[in-house]
Amino acid sequence: MSEAMLQVENLHLWRGERHVLRGVGFSVNSGECLQLSGPNGAGKTSLLRTVCGLSYPEGGQIRWRGEDVHRDLPGFHSQMAYLGHEPPLKMELTGRENLHYWVGVRRRFARSELERALERVGGQRWSDRPVRTLSAGQKRRVALAGLLLMAVPLWLLDEPTTNLDVEGQQLVGTLIDEHLAAGGLAMAAVHHPLAVSERGLRRLELGGG
Amino acid sequence: MQAALPSVQLGRGSAPSAWGVARLMLERDLRLAFRKASQLVQPLAFFAMVTTLFPLAITPELSRLRHIASGVLWAAALLASLLALEFLFRDDAQDGTLEQYALSGRALTGLLSAKTAAHWLLTGLPLALMAPIAGVALGVPGRALPGILASVTLGTVTLSLLGAIGAALTLGVRRAGALLSLLTLPLAIPVLIFGAHATQLAIRGEPYGAPLTLLAALAVFGMTLAPLAAAAAVRINLE
Repeated sequence: MSEAMLQVENLHLWRGERHVLRGVGFSVNSGECLQLSGPNGAGKTSLLRTVCGLSYPEGGQIRWRGEDVHRDLPGFHSQMAYLGHEPPLKMELTGRENLHYWVGVRRRFARSELERALERVGGQRWSDRPVRTLSAGQKRRVALAGLLLMAVPLWLLDEPTTNLDVEGQQLVGTLIDEHLAAGGLAMAAVHHPLAVSERGLRRLELGGG
Repeated sequence: MQAALPSVQLGRGSAPSAWGVARLMLERDLRLAFRKASQLVQPLAFFAMVTTLFPLAITPELSRLRHIASGVLWAAALLASLLALEFLFRDDAQDGTLEQYALSGRALTGLLSAKTAAHWLLTGLPLALMAPIAGVALGVPGRALPGILASVTLGTVTLSLLGAIGAALTLGVRRAGALLSLLTLPLAIPVLIFGAHATQLAIRGEPYGAPLTLLAALAVFGMTLAPLAAAAAVRINLE
């Protein structure tokens, strides 16, 4: 059996005196979504931040396509997208400007691609307004459009459905489903189960402590 | 309905060039700065106030003001540029955009260099352009003005670069202003000494090439090493 696209082995992470991740291991393959759940403080965000290379684990290994990610972080980063708790947007810029500068440093994209991504999240109408004037859910939708525009195989999402209405939560599920169908993979920390079809869904429960 | 399909084999070819990235970053920071101009005006207003207070407090006699002009100009320029440093990376760190740039797969040193360049264009360059005007008000003769312009221009480049390191190191600190000054000020002293010296020589009508060359050397030294240090500091603070 060949190795999975994303393979995490025996991960240990300390935060000061706290042993946050104790030997966490899993693998995610193309077409699969790993749903991380667990109580507050279980280390869901820490795990995501460690996988994307922001935090350095005290022990264990993270391999992407069979290679330790810390050996080529820029190469790994160019194939993944991380969305944290808060949408990473500048309040003074409009939605379109935000996407232009945020995703623009990663890849060139055509105007039509930007419009298609905005249309997909239902944001074409209000994306010329400064982000400051948008609702929390609308900001989240702009961030989702950015995720689509990045066109990367690996998605790391921290609470992707926060602040979204019922239809928006459904949208997140659909977007992940489409991403998986196109051969992508995803990891999402959630409190409420994702609206993702069962086929590609895998679950990991992190314990408290 | 077709979404923007995630292409699993993302070609490196579609990535913009390093220059393209730097331009994008520069453009973004300039645009942001003009949307909240108050941050922009604050250091300049400070500089103007300090340099106009001296004649009021000491003497309006131009012949005597001329002697202290270089010190006044440089101390004011140094403090004004310190004032502007706090905003260099803080906003980006708070709203999570800095994190996104660190995860973009692009060299953080290049991105931070572009940000520092934008910061200099918005604070250092206006200060350098204001310094000769303030100089005239302090009784500096016209022939010294090119020297003042050149020395403040080179000096503020180094101050912005030093500030980038300080600002990156203090990212995780609440109310970082005081700590930032404490970190940056000692390192800025050589700039102050050579800058004030060059200005002094220019006012006296003597050749000021030597201190100016040293200022240029400091600026080049900063350009090569400061972005590396700032990038390392940012990575530590994002963890």
